[in-house]
Amino acid sequence: MAGQTLYDKLWQDHLVKSREDGTALIYIDRHLIHEVTSPQAFEGLRLAGRKPWRKDSLVATPDHNVPSEASERAGGVAGIRDEVSRIQVQTLDENCRDFDVVQFGINEPGQGIVHVIGPETGATLPGMTVVCGDSHTSTHGALGALAHGIGTSEVEHVMATQCLIQKKMKNMLVRVDGVLGRGVTAKDVVLAIIGKIGTAGGTGYAIEFGGEVMRNMSMEGRMTVCNMAIEAGARAGMVAVDQITLDYVKDKPYAPKGADWDRAVAAWSQLHSDDDAEFDAVIELRGEEIEPQVSWGTSPEMVVAVSAQVPDPAAEADATKRAGVERALEYMGLTAGQKITDIKLDRVFIGSCTNSRIEDLRAAAAVAKGQKKADSVKQVLIVPGSQAVKAQAEKEGLDQIFIDAGFEWREPSCSMCLAMNADKLGAGEHCASTSNRNFEGRQGYGGRTHLVSPGMAAAAAIAGHFVDVREFATQLEIA
Amino acid sequence: MKAFTQHKGLAAPMDRANVDTDLIIPKQFLKSIKRTGFGPNLFDELRYLDEGQPGQDCSQRPLNPEFPLNFPRYQGASVLLARKNFGCGSSREHAPWALDDHGFRAIIAPSFADIFFNNCFKNGLLPIVLDEAIVDQLFEEMHAQEGYELTIDLEKQQVVKPNGETIDFEVDAFRKHCLLNGLDDIGLTLEDADDIRTYEAKRREQAPWLFDAVK
Ligand code: SF4
Repeated sequence: MAGQTLYDKLWQDHLVKSREDGTALIYIDRHLIHEVTSPQAFEGLRLAGRKPWRKDSLVATPDHNVPSEASERAGGVAGIRDEVSRIQVQTLDENCRDFDVVQFGINEPGQGIVHVIGPETGATLPGMTVVCGDSHTSTHGALGALAHGIGTSEVEHVMATQCLIQKKMKNMLVRVDGVLGRGVTAKDVVLAIIGKIGTAGGTGYAIEFGGEVMRNMSMEGRMTVCNMAIEAGARAGMVAVDQITLDYVKDKPYAPKGADWDRAVAAWSQLHSDDDAEFDAVIELRGEEIEPQVSWGTSPEMVVAVSAQVPDPAAEADATKRAGVERALEYMGLTAGQKITDIKLDRVFIGSCTNSRIEDLRAAAAVAKGQKKADSVKQVLIVPGSQAVKAQAEKEGLDQIFIDAGFEWREPSCSMCLAMNADKLGAGEHCASTSNRNFEGRQGYGGRTHLVSPGMAAAAAIAGHFVDVREFATQLEIA
Repeated sequence: MKAFTQHKGLAAPMDRANVDTDLIIPKQFLKSIKRTGFGPNLFDELRYLDEGQPGQDCSQRPLNPEFPLNFPRYQGASVLLARKNFGCGSSREHAPWALDDHGFRAIIAPSFADIFFNNCFKNGLLPIVLDEAIVDQLFEEMHAQEGYELTIDLEKQQVVKPNGETIDFEVDAFRKHCLLNGLDDIGLTLEDADDIRTYEAKRREQAPWLFDAVK
């Protein structure tokens, strides 16, 4: 019999019951909650007179609607100017109080984007099943966990039963071998993967990211890659546990301690695919072939290397695809054959659960140090992913580097990743963004998003148009 | 949950691939804490010429005359014909809520994004996967014939065309059962509460660090 994949093992470990019809009850260890997808679920519990099955599995924080601007933020929940946003955050407060759920409130030290605070606090750990009413829950798979996004009905279902009704997914291995060039980051790796397999390439699969590049990647980089598994269509992305994982998890506030730590490490050391495990699909990429990536269209698969040109729809054989490219070019205000480096930016956003961790901010600061944003760029937002990231960055003086460069240093929130708070693009504006979705209107009505790494975003902010961060770094004599 | 047995309704087109959930229901409407009332903002950015705001009276807004769902011939449609990878993007259940609130009961496409597909079943909305060639043909027939109605028979797992021709489709047995009977998943799962407790006790023994760490 063939060995098991990492996903097979995680599935097996959490299987409560298989049903005859092929569905299964899967036990959930950790359930993260935010204000947008939970109110209707709490309401459902209330109407049915139910209580959460296991309160200690729940951790909540507000992130999507909270203001990033310091003066507005200082007023706490009551200070949120947008009434509808305020009600939603207040509702989370009330629900957490009524159901006795641990919450990191709006200005408390543990607050942040739910996918940033999970790993950072040890609330999410290797070997766990993790769910959240948010598709980027795949992020936590970087720890060697089975993590996926669920809808609000499922949020209610997990709160009430501690289980999820699931059908086992297929196994996909995405192997990135070789080494990455200087200035090429986890974000470029995952964008290149999505460019290769498409936004539906991983539909129905759990993706394991492996190979030398992944093995050598930091935990935060692995989180960036797993975060965007959903942009490749896969609900879950994951990376095997190794020493890098253990070093990261050790001493996190909610991580096991003492004898429990030793037991946990022994259990976690099994969390990798067996050598003879079989995958339903294997995708291979070479690290040295990956260049810094820039998305040009309205889907994350519409992505090319920074040295390339905007594609020509005429080259598309498939009619639906051709129409898609044409529509995207029209929406984005780009012409076929235009050089990526000729695209001018109006705003730059560095943040989101994809790229708002300390390493991301360091990469952006390395480029911004001693520089000034281009006059033509109206605004550069730097939004740390959590209170802890913000504090660390301030300790390292990164905030001052950004402020000196004319960037704005903001409060932890989702911010312009989806523009539910006040941070938005204007119609027709181009934005270099470290977030994960370039859908029409995502960052503001009529806004035009280009997905890039933090270094590429900072370089674009200074140049006023896209530049290859590698050349830029050489000019600046920074490594 | 609303049961779905048989449904006959007017078909309408959403003729583009990779329709994402931001397009189905833009984020400014996700601020609602209710499950209902999203219908007027379904496909908001395509449907109207202005930028929609939550709580607005949509009947006063300028409609985009080029958007098919605004055409008189598609008013009252309840079966949506769509393209590949429909519903990709976020996990927001507001997307099926908006489709449902607008009056759609079924969506036919060559493929769906996983989370959206799953969310539909939880809300009495039936997503049907058919071969791309068949979907192409349905699009053609619908364009050619005003008032093109499809009947969807979940029990028989068939789509019936106006000329009586039938197309079979697959549906997961458990989901079919729940949808036909309008069953509440939670109630069903709680019938297995003893199994869950047994598993939990074992888990607590094997991995105690997963319990009571956060309080
Ligand atoms: S940062 Fe963006 S993608 Fe991540 S949880 Fe927030 S809104 Fe979603």
